[in-house]
Amino acid sequence: MAAAVNRSLLSGLKSIRPLVSASQTRSLHGVAPLTSAIQAPVSKPEGRTTATLIPGDGVGPELCQVVLDVFQNAGVPVDFEEHYLTELYAKRSETLDEVVDSIRRNGVCLKGILATPDHSSDGELKTLNMKLRDELDLYANVVHVKSLSGLNVRHKNVDMVVIREQTEGEYSALEHESVEGVVECLKIMTREKCRRIAKFAFDYATRNNRKKVTAVHKANIMKLGDGLFLRQCEEVAAMYPNIEFSNMIIDNCTMQLVSNPHQFDVLVLPNLYGNIVDNLAAGLVGGAGIVAGASYSSDSVVFEPGARHTFSEAVGKNVANPTAMLLASANMLNHMNLQYYGNMVKSAVDRVIRIGKVRTKDMGGHSTTLDFSRAVIANLRY
Amino acid sequence: MRDGVSRGRSRALADAFALKISLADLRISSQLPKVAEGGEKDIMAGRVCRSLLQRVCLSGTRSYSTDVRTVTLIPGDGIGPEISAAVQKIFTAANVPIVWEEVDVTPVKGPDGKFGIPPSAIESVNRNGIGLKGPLMTPVGKGHRSLNLAIRKEFNLYANVRPCRSIEGYETLYNDVDVVTIRENTEGEYSGIEHEIVDGVVQSIKLITEPASRRVAEYAFQYARNNGRSKVTAVHKANIMRMSDGLFLRCCREAAEKNPDIRFEEKYLDTVCLNMVQDPSQYDVLVMPNLYGDILSDLCAGLVGGLGLTPSGNIGEGGAVFESVHGTAPDIAGQDKANPTALLLSAVMMLRFMNLYKHAEIIERACFETIKEGNYRTGDLGGKAKCSEFTNEICSKIDVLQG
Repeated sequence: MAAAVNRSLLSGLKSIRPLVSASQTRSLHGVAPLTSAIQAPVSKPEGRTTATLIPGDGVGPELCQVVLDVFQNAGVPVDFEEHYLTELYAKRSETLDEVVDSIRRNGVCLKGILATPDHSSDGELKTLNMKLRDELDLYANVVHVKSLSGLNVRHKNVDMVVIREQTEGEYSALEHESVEGVVECLKIMTREKCRRIAKFAFDYATRNNRKKVTAVHKANIMKLGDGLFLRQCEEVAAMYPNIEFSNMIIDNCTMQLVSNPHQFDVLVLPNLYGNIVDNLAAGLVGGAGIVAGASYSSDSVVFEPGARHTFSEAVGKNVANPTAMLLASANMLNHMNLQYYGNMVKSAVDRVIRIGKVRTKDMGGHSTTLDFSRAVIANLRY
Repeated sequence: MRDGVSRGRSRALADAFALKISLADLRISSQLPKVAEGGEKDIMAGRVCRSLLQRVCLSGTRSYSTDVRTVTLIPGDGIGPEISAAVQKIFTAANVPIVWEEVDVTPVKGPDGKFGIPPSAIESVNRNGIGLKGPLMTPVGKGHRSLNLAIRKEFNLYANVRPCRSIEGYETLYNDVDVVTIRENTEGEYSGIEHEIVDGVVQSIKLITEPASRRVAEYAFQYARNNGRSKVTAVHKANIMRMSDGLFLRCCREAAEKNPDIRFEEKYLDTVCLNMVQDPSQYDVLVMPNLYGDILSDLCAGLVGGLGLTPSGNIGEGGAVFESVHGTAPDIAGQDKANPTALLLSAVMMLRFMNLYKHAEIIERACFETIKEGNYRTGDLGGKAKCSEFTNEICSKIDVLQG
């Protein structure tokens, strides 16, 4: 707790950083966009920037529309190249190559959630999500899980960062039926990728003034695979003496997360455990509708909701919560050096949630997506 | 004699139809041919009846076993002996028709020169078909198989059942938890097959087989029915592991078709994690492969206050072992401070498994009431009572309940 307060004080004093969370921390602690307005000349360039937009499946298109509306009203100088990518209707989807080209060219992408059906018509084992991540080598998924003030949830003051490796491990799509009724599924762990994600986690902790990195694993059972991951984390940790390092077994980690989430700062995990902890942690602060995330490769970033659910049962009902998508888009703006706009969007969302008059169903209210969108637009402060 | 036999027979029949322990007993009863291979559901009543009758007549020493059953007790390490003694005391107070057979599981050197579980212990569980086990020190680098693993292999304990329920009077952030996790316990990620293909590249194999998946899926529905539960949720990740988890899911769907009286739904593991921490009340019985079960069962235990309050049972074809899954707590061992709740509730689960519902009910109620009243809570629940005081309070409550 004390550490968290310290950290926020510290980062409050820091100058503007191009990275996502520094500015997040700042605005959450009450430094209004007014301050950003003073610094605006730095981050309010004249030209326009292009980003890729993948609306995704389920409620994705609705939520992206909210983002577009808000951007338009805020006067954000960003143009979107929209690409419809889906695994559900293969014939209507654009090809992966086109989308990948676009993201490579722009370096930045805002993405809804792609549904991953549990079977495919042509026996393909790899999902579209996996292919996209592999093509772009989006190896690090970062989800900053932070309690939003004004929301009534069981756990208060949660503030942690979940960093997940997402190009190998259980998501390798290598499976075969050795004899009938016996399926082998391979989990691949490589030294290079384990090391890369460990280094990413420690670099992230260093840049964002975080104090502790916890590696989560199951090395007591998977001695070689998860053992390799743990060893790489330990080796990398030795190079960052200022950051505390600890490790925890995944089952214990989930138990600790639900009973005492405050002990965690930065978590670094292999693929599947990352998926589990991302979702669990998102649940702690209010659900899939409010947590933003981002996937990084060495040269491009995809901003998307942190817990990936298409919420397909709500399609067209105008009930989905656009918070996660809006926060992801604000993070994107910060990443593009458009902090002025990023903060504007972020603080508008924060204000709407803090005031609490307009709440979607998942936040315990009865407002619609559109209501929320209008409220955010009304709260944009120039 | 004749009266005795027929009484024994009808009792035995009742047991056989309950289709639980008797399977194990049957197989063990010495001279008889293997009548019932575990898992075989449709045993001809006649054969069962005949062989039980034979058993009643032939094996003189065990003829009383339909009334009083023998249960193997493995007290365990650390706080194990204290909490086991507490459970024994409570069982005596409740007049549970059980005889304990205490066994020591300190590893001994086997004929092959390796240290392992003494054969007498294995034999005891084998003979009784049912066991209660306290916490055991995990042998780290001692070079012998852990008892858990040995027993799991020996009896083919394929399903790990962990009910998690909010305990009234002990406040956590979640007060509406009542879920049961059923975990496949023999394969999956815990197959232990791993190799380094080239330097720096490791592959770990997760093994999913149809028989094991089907077995656990069917057990989940059977459990739901026997325990008055209405819904089974299959937890999987078949969207990314389309073949292996797909196979598991298919087996669950097939079992669901055979059990139309129980509701069935399928959920992704990540969705369950997300929903569980927001609203645990939407889940009932959860069935899943090994690793997911490991993670989710601990998550659920965390919701209700940790491993000190959650019982656990391992169900197999040749028997069942009930245990507390918490640690040995060597720091408070022998100081009369431990909380016996987890082991006691495991023992209650065991009673239900043995169809001793009435005793189970009384003991459980006494235990929950004691915790709820809060006068005799142990240290881990924020009280000051000793283990023995807690135990005595439960015993006196049982006396009252029994009238």
